[in-house]
Amino acid sequence: MANFIDRRLNAKGKSTVNRQRFINRYKQQIKKAVSDAVTRRSVTDIDKGEKISIPTRDISEPIFHQGQGGVRERVHPGNDQFTRGDKIERPPAGGGGGSGSGEASDSGEGQDDFVFQISKDEYLELLFEDLELPNLQKNRLNKLVEYQTYRAGYTTDGVPTNINIVRSLRSSLARRTAMTAGKKRELHALEQELTELQNTVGASADRILALKDQIEELKQKIKKVPFIDTFDLRFNNFAKREIPTSQAVMFCLMDVSGSMDQATKDMAKRFYILLYLFLTRTYKNLEVVYIRHHTQAKEVDEHEFFYSQETGGTIVSSALKLMHEIQQKRYPAEEWNIYVAQASDGDNWADDSPLCYQLLEKQILPFVRYFSYIEITNRAHQTLWREYEQLTENFDNMAVRNIRQVEDIYPVFRELFKKQAV
Amino acid sequence: MAKSKQRQPLSDGPEWTFELLQSYEQEIARVAAHYRLNTYPNQIEIITAEQMMDAYASVGMPIGYTHWSFGKRFIETEQGYKRGQMGLAYEIVINSDPCIAYLMEENTITMQALVIAHACYGHNSFFKNNYLFKTWTDASSIIDYLVFAKQYISQCERRYGVEEVESILDSCHALMNYGVDRYKRPAHISFKEEQLRQQEREAYLQSQVNDLWRTIPMKPAELKLMADKCFPPEPQENILYFIEKKAPLLELWQREVVRIVRKLGQYFYPQRQTQVMNEGWATFWHYTLLNHLYDEGLLTDRFMLEFLQSHTNVVAQPAYNSPYYSGINPYALGFNMFCDIRRICEHPTDEDRRWFPDIAGSNWLDTLHFAMQNFKDESFISQYLSPNLIRKFKLFSVLDDERQEYLSVSAIHNEQGYHEIRQMLSSQYNLSNNEPNIQVYNVNVNGDRALTLRYIPNHGIPLANSRNEVLKHLHRLWKFDVFLEQMDDDGELKIIAACPEKHAAA
Repeated sequence: MANFIDRRLNAKGKSTVNRQRFINRYKQQIKKAVSDAVTRRSVTDIDKGEKISIPTRDISEPIFHQGQGGVRERVHPGNDQFTRGDKIERPPAGGGGGSGSGEASDSGEGQDDFVFQISKDEYLELLFEDLELPNLQKNRLNKLVEYQTYRAGYTTDGVPTNINIVRSLRSSLARRTAMTAGKKRELHALEQELTELQNTVGASADRILALKDQIEELKQKIKKVPFIDTFDLRFNNFAKREIPTSQAVMFCLMDVSGSMDQATKDMAKRFYILLYLFLTRTYKNLEVVYIRHHTQAKEVDEHEFFYSQETGGTIVSSALKLMHEIQQKRYPAEEWNIYVAQASDGDNWADDSPLCYQLLEKQILPFVRYFSYIEITNRAHQTLWREYEQLTENFDNMAVRNIRQVEDIYPVFRELFKKQAV
Repeated sequence: MAKSKQRQPLSDGPEWTFELLQSYEQEIARVAAHYRLNTYPNQIEIITAEQMMDAYASVGMPIGYTHWSFGKRFIETEQGYKRGQMGLAYEIVINSDPCIAYLMEENTITMQALVIAHACYGHNSFFKNNYLFKTWTDASSIIDYLVFAKQYISQCERRYGVEEVESILDSCHALMNYGVDRYKRPAHISFKEEQLRQQEREAYLQSQVNDLWRTIPMKPAELKLMADKCFPPEPQENILYFIEKKAPLLELWQREVVRIVRKLGQYFYPQRQTQVMNEGWATFWHYTLLNHLYDEGLLTDRFMLEFLQSHTNVVAQPAYNSPYYSGINPYALGFNMFCDIRRICEHPTDEDRRWFPDIAGSNWLDTLHFAMQNFKDESFISQYLSPNLIRKFKLFSVLDDERQEYLSVSAIHNEQGYHEIRQMLSSQYNLSNNEPNIQVYNVNVNGDRALTLRYIPNHGIPLANSRNEVLKHLHRLWKFDVFLEQMDDDGELKIIAACPEKHAAA
């Protein structure tokens, strides 16, 4: 009578579309929650999924239902003390006092937020929505260096390893059919004539012999058509396609002179992480080079970059020089997409700033995709800022921004990578 | 009986296998037939917890059109489940022919057997035999209709854009509870006819709204006559139906979407009216069927202990002052009522004979089937709630009049109170008391085509503030001004909401 069906292997996620619809619909609210979350999070878990909460009233589905007030009479179970006519103090409003729960018409509205989890992918999707890497298209065409081979049909010419047997035999068959069809037709006619003659009494013997000769000759001809000919051969064709290189290197430059305290470094770090996450979405292979500097620059590992404290003066050009050296040596500009993010509190030895200008203009900016400089300070800008600002006028792959507090980071980041209007 | 006592009990798992499920199902089916449970054929599907959440999100329907609100429900369920705030129900059953029931993979064989008895024989026979379901739903065509609805909506989405369709659906959902005929009974048509009619309808419908469009000038005398005439001639309770047929500016596909939502609303309407009965019936039968099998020696003690534990949880009724109290538990009330009817039939007391002269001492199975077939919650309670049960539940009723300073206890479980409590509880389950009475009252045919709804409060209970939002939705469908007026007990009319809002101030 009953029919058992095992549905466990059916596709799950029947609700995925609906879930997506929901997220799209409340994108504005969710996005706000996401950008709030960025600044609130600790740096290490910045790329996890996120808990989103939306005020319930924003997503309620309104229906007509009864409100408070009027005359109601309701039945409750478990009477332990009441008799008819007892008076009960009215429970405070909102306490529920036994009105309406469990009824279909009561929507049970509360002040609670609607809280739910989005996945890491969804989170990053929202975090970086509407952002794009600047200058990507412009440079792409003249920087194609990697090739990928892919199949591109068949040719009549090639090396023996590439022979495509099926195709070759197919054309062999076609050629043989074409070359023998006429002869076979002729042969058939002659054979028919021969049988007729042989069955006819008093037929000419000469005629029969002649026919036999002709038939023999035709058979020979048919036999001589070769089974396979160089003409038949087909070869798999491979073509090379240029692909844009998918590797990138990100240089993180940071001032670690005494004026940079832990909080400032932390802000810089958040910025670097955002940039890193953003770049990983575009590039499969992303390397990071950390360079810190005071009066001298040094390539360090991540931990040392963020946590070691040193004091001293500040010469920014040392870092730029080192970055240029490393880039020349290890990351040739034809093969790598180069991004530079520099963070500083703006302090620089005044005589050094023009040198930085020179370095950037001549050696660095022509090769990099994007150079972003963020100055984390509340004070007035100094020479470095002014020199850099001048550069931005001539180079559109250079950006300079000021960050005052943690809350600025995400907006500044969005501003830097805002999708350009076409 | 002696012979069956010696039978080998069925394995009690706890793991289940398909063979084992099959044998449990067979035994349950045999006993169900013994109790004359008449069901649709069963289709039992094993699903995972995740799939169960999907099923939840789409209100248990196996196929549904796409809409964000289902996504929201899914997220809610998923969150609740993940945090352990809620367990998933152990069954979902669909009123269709064959009757589809879902079993969850994680459950033990005991739970599976319980669900089979509960859903596949309890609910299933209720769906097939209760008069409300018989009149309002067509089990054989619902799946086809859902498929049609899903395809139609996605077709519309491709043609007119997701947002456009979504906004119409939003508006329809807001009015879904007003898409049913409460008093009129439907004429039955099959799915094929339905499809055929749909095409005809599309072509023909537009002409139906012409009444609202008539612009041929008329003589003053006629005009006066027209002005006196009301449109619609009688108030309409089925707002969505009225929109579908009469909204002046809707396009044909939009009317069809309205219709789809209305149809689904109609399909669920019986379920909302028979919660206590439906759950009570199913619970009564899983209890009775499994006990019967136990008496035959087919179930082990271990099985019964696990079964009884979850059964007890299901029918627990916390008292009004318990922290777990959230109204009367329909499972508990329904189950106890059916048990009580059986008791009245089999072992009536003098009190029962006084209260239920018709059924006291009658054949309990006949009586139970009759009760299941011919009532809905409201009438079922007013017919069968016995003093015995009122005492058992210690029911009491509380009057909350906002004009009084105190709540007062109006009746308790004693001789004077039985009738009152029974009547109170019955009306508590009357949907027309719980849902605001709102009807389409008038369309200003000769003027600005404004639509007026009238709300008639029940016991002076006002309409919640959500009315303004709902009215916006209605305005989206009607596309001309929309008003909601309230008629108080003294016949006084006042406008309590309007869309666009500027009129509210005027």
